[in-house]
Amino acid sequence: MSRYFRLLWIQLRASLATAMQYRADFVIDGVLSLWWMVWTLVPLTVVFSGRASVAGWTFPEALLVAAWFTILRGVLEGSINPSLLQVSEQIRTGSLDFVLIKPADGQFLVSTARFAPWKIVDILAGCVMIGIAFHGLHRVPAILDVFVAAVLLVAALTVLYSLWILVVCASFWVVKLDNLSFLLSSIFDAARWPLDLFRGVWRVIFTFVIPLGLMTTYPARALLGSLSGRTAAFALAGAAVFSTIARLIWTRALARYTSASS
Amino acid sequence: MRRILKAYPTLLRVGFAEAVAYRAELVVWMLTTTMPLVMLALWTAAAREGPFGRFGESEFVAYYLAALVVRTVTTSWVVWQMNEEIRLGTLSMRLLRPLHPFVAYSAEHLAAIPLRSLIALPVAIILLATAGKEHIARDPVVVALVPLTFIGSWLITFLSGATMGSLAMITKRSVGVWEIWIGLFAVMSGYLVPLELLPRWLSAIADFMPFRYMLGFPVEVLIGMSDRAATLRGLEAQGAMCLGLVLLAGFTWRAGLRRFEAFGA
Repeated sequence: MSRYFRLLWIQLRASLATAMQYRADFVIDGVLSLWWMVWTLVPLTVVFSGRASVAGWTFPEALLVAAWFTILRGVLEGSINPSLLQVSEQIRTGSLDFVLIKPADGQFLVSTARFAPWKIVDILAGCVMIGIAFHGLHRVPAILDVFVAAVLLVAALTVLYSLWILVVCASFWVVKLDNLSFLLSSIFDAARWPLDLFRGVWRVIFTFVIPLGLMTTYPARALLGSLSGRTAAFALAGAAVFSTIARLIWTRALARYTSASS
Repeated sequence: MRRILKAYPTLLRVGFAEAVAYRAELVVWMLTTTMPLVMLALWTAAAREGPFGRFGESEFVAYYLAALVVRTVTTSWVVWQMNEEIRLGTLSMRLLRPLHPFVAYSAEHLAAIPLRSLIALPVAIILLATAGKEHIARDPVVVALVPLTFIGSWLITFLSGATMGSLAMITKRSVGVWEIWIGLFAVMSGYLVPLELLPRWLSAIADFMPFRYMLGFPVEVLIGMSDRAATLRGLEAQGAMCLGLVLLAGFTWRAGLRRFEAFGA
């Protein structure tokens, strides 16, 4: 176990060293993510223009969901996306062999291969949004609620990561992947809205198939103190199931991998 | 010019065959184009408690179904294609052919439309014809102009993509530019929010940006929310944008070509 922590640290340091070469990117990324933060709030303000609440959500509460979304997107683009895009390239060219022969777990090596540290700006921006939302609500979250929200954040990240692993597994079968990750990103975009704004088929899909609700709406409700214990337990169980499935499919997919030229 | 006209039908056939060859990609693509349906679900739920301006529940249904149709027909992925070909150096193959690469790209993309719209388009058209019947353009002049707005929208989408693709020859990182473009598109085109519902100052800016003429304008014309005068005015702006983008794409292409060196050359 401590070996894996050491490995993670080495991979992180390598990414950090690479990122330090492009310091200008930090400023650009920072300005961009602030601009995105304001820009993505435009539709939200339109939906809430001239009405106090939509589908049971007031504006500050919906802002809280958008804040979670910003944080998750930061983590996704900072640590999950860069590594996994690299894998699909490696599967296509066959250089995944060199990763797999290393004496450590393949999934671990592959998912920690590359980080984009500058994306931390997104996470900070999300935290600022949470602050603004609670300022608008004129209250402070209870300690216990913050704790539950933090646990759910871990669950949300697990689900997000598992989804992306599944996409990578798909590229063992379907070689062209950029399309698929584009599709997933555009679906993930819907997570910026509270789940209650969706009805019918989409509600079912976003709750069970691609659990966007688990990723942003539930943690936000936990922070508001309006999430029941049962839903929280279901969310955690769901995250466990998702990651197990992802792991199983990864092993199956890997068994099918025959390198590019053989 | 005669040469282009003679080669074009063959190019279309090749493009169609290519689209058939990558079927799995096609399925993913079909799923991607259904994204307006998510916005449809969102806005109808929000409008349940009262309309937004001119938009009630049924208007939103018609609007986003029409958006699905427009997106399916007029989309283009030339940026990714050019990026990939520049990065891998395969663009040099295209440069050897006695035909401008933009012509070849356009043929490939047009030829892929029938297959790409295989599922989404019929469904959307049927739904639009039944559920949104009273929201389809009635005025015969406007109806006659609908295809023109589609052509304009396709041209703007393709040419702006080609411009940004050419930029990759200079910057090597034009996907970044493309991401900013997509972000602006989401709000300024009427995709996330119908443009009428934006704050006045923002929709005034949108009138002078190309995004509106890629999605919002054809949609409004199709569902009869744009009267004769407004449609003609929009078409004028669309034409002007096309002209400007032709010049811009040509200029960027030539500037990029001077910098371009195939990998391994």
